Amino acid sequence: MNSILLHAPALIIALPLLAAFITPILGRFNRKTISWLATCVLGLTLLLTIFVARQVLTHGPIVYVFGATETGLTLPFGYTMPIRIIFQIDAMGIFMGLITSLVAFLAAIYSISYMEQHTGLDKYYTLLLLLATSMFGMELTGDIFNFFVFFEIASISSVALIAFRSTISGEPAEAGLKYMVVSSISALMVLFAIGLFYGQYDALNMATIASVMQFTQLDKIALILLVTVLAMKAGSVPMHMWTPDAYSEAPAAITMILVAASQASLYALFRIVFSIYNVTLNTVTVGWILIILGVLSMFIGVTMAIIQKDIKRLMAYHSISQTGYMLLGVGVGLAVLTNPVALESFGIKAMEGGIFHIINNALYKGLLFLTAGAIFLRTDTRDLNKMGGLAHNMTYTTIFYIIGAAAIAGIPPFNGFASKLIIYESVYRFNPLLAIIAMLVSVLTLASFVKVFHSAFLGPRLEQYKSVQEVPKSMIIAMAVLSCLIVFFGLFPNLIVKYIVHPAVMALINQAHYTATILGGI
Amino acid sequence: MNIALLETGSGYWNTLIWVVTALIIGVCVLWLRNRGESRYKKDTDQTKPFLSGNPEVSKEDSHVGASHLYWGFTEALKNYYEPLVKMHTGNINDYSGWIVLVMAIIFIIIGVS
Repeated sequence: MNSILLHAPALIIALPLLAAFITPILGRFNRKTISWLATCVLGLTLLLTIFVARQVLTHGPIVYVFGATETGLTLPFGYTMPIRIIFQIDAMGIFMGLITSLVAFLAAIYSISYMEQHTGLDKYYTLLLLLATSMFGMELTGDIFNFFVFFEIASISSVALIAFRSTISGEPAEAGLKYMVVSSISALMVLFAIGLFYGQYDALNMATIASVMQFTQLDKIALILLVTVLAMKAGSVPMHMWTPDAYSEAPAAITMILVAASQASLYALFRIVFSIYNVTLNTVTVGWILIILGVLSMFIGVTMAIIQKDIKRLMAYHSISQTGYMLLGVGVGLAVLTNPVALESFGIKAMEGGIFHIINNALYKGLLFLTAGAIFLRTDTRDLNKMGGLAHNMTYTTIFYIIGAAAIAGIPPFNGFASKLIIYESVYRFNPLLAIIAMLVSVLTLASFVKVFHSAFLGPRLEQYKSVQEVPKSMIIAMAVLSCLIVFFGLFPNLIVKYIVHPAVMALINQAHYTATILGGI
Repeated sequence: MNIALLETGSGYWNTLIWVVTALIIGVCVLWLRNRGESRYKKDTDQTKPFLSGNPEVSKEDSHVGASHLYWGFTEALKNYYEPLVKMHTGNINDYSGWIVLVMAIIFIIIGVS
């Protein structure tokens, strides 16, 4: 048992990866067992992630060296820099890992019923497990080339999952193709940036690169490439246009994971800016770049959402808008990173708001996409003009939708309010105009979700939906778990901020601790 | 530590106080509603909507669809929406173009800073 727990960081990756390859074999013998296999494996992965999180939050960062005689041996005798692949799991990494494991597990539960009628389920679950594996890899690794490999696996599996549903008009395939093109561009840029690091410093370990970072012209180019493409993969305006296409065409459970995958790219952006570059770069300039991308994403995302008629496209534009809040909060923290007074006064709080918003967004946005999937399963349409009166027959889905919509609009006592309040108050002290824009965006978000509520759920029973029934139990369970977490996070926000979010923020800010974990000196 | 108390850096927010207040207000509203209106007579003309004398449209036909909501908002912001919607061409070449444009802008900003 101790041995299993010792290797927990590796097992978090190994279990879903192994299951991904077992799934198609098992699918040849028994089609029904593969959904349960995926669910059980992802449930086990969630437990392992919680165990690792407990270790990290209690005893500090965990280092796992692959192939070493001891898992924590980063520098064997005679070596001045690490050469093996290393997982470096600090509070920020495991914070993201928790989101991924929870979202992937719930997506698998939801898929049991949602995908029941589809063919090719072995491929679906293989890709789902591969996507989860790659997201874990992106979040836990301390090696930048290893990050690139997982980044590629995430892109490839996402493309196939977006295009999974086959329709006569071929929209899912088109959305998959578009995502493939933007993913290829981003992967190429990431690889080029890694090449620039390796060419200068002979190192691929992020802590090692951080320890020798000179911020040369080549480092500037690497930073530009990484910031741009990772912001694009996070769905930041004006590079957001793939998002509505991909999110709306993917199966609902996959859309929920895609939201978390976008946040993994956002995490990578924060990790590179804070842990690799930190104060070597002009923090005010790069901070303001993130802030401007954030404000554009918030405002354009929400205003585009209001005019949508497709329920999933509307929600996809809101994902863009919510990413803006995260960029805004963390951008303010970066902008005041070299000013200790401002950082202590409001910078850390702004980052807490931004990081807290990541997990809140994963929960309520995931829930909203699942309710959209429930509606689609029963009505066979995503067109809001064709919907109406569904609350009569889909009571649970309606309640879950109300919880998700209230949370995203920042209505107390749900979780979205808690993170948004921290962002408003801390950002106001940095620049009042930014806080006012953020509040205005929340009002427009509420207006947009009221539109969906009215169009889909309110009104008399429509003739064509009179026989509509509530969705199956596995879908209800997944939505209920998310709803409970949303309420819990909203009722006890300090618990989450103090024990999970604040350590994550400090792990990002404290670059010296990040490098010392690998190179020694703590 | 009060786990329901959220420290925002500038102040505090107590969720439980908000929930209790909301419950008290809810109970008061329900109490007022249950006191009723003595002149109310169920299933009479009194309860029907008055549409300037026109007959009432059936409930199924009177549901306002999503496209008709916020018409005033979008009409008032027509000049904002027209170029914004045009930007979203759905063309992958344009998607790539935006990435290159943003990269170029960030290049100039970071390059000169």
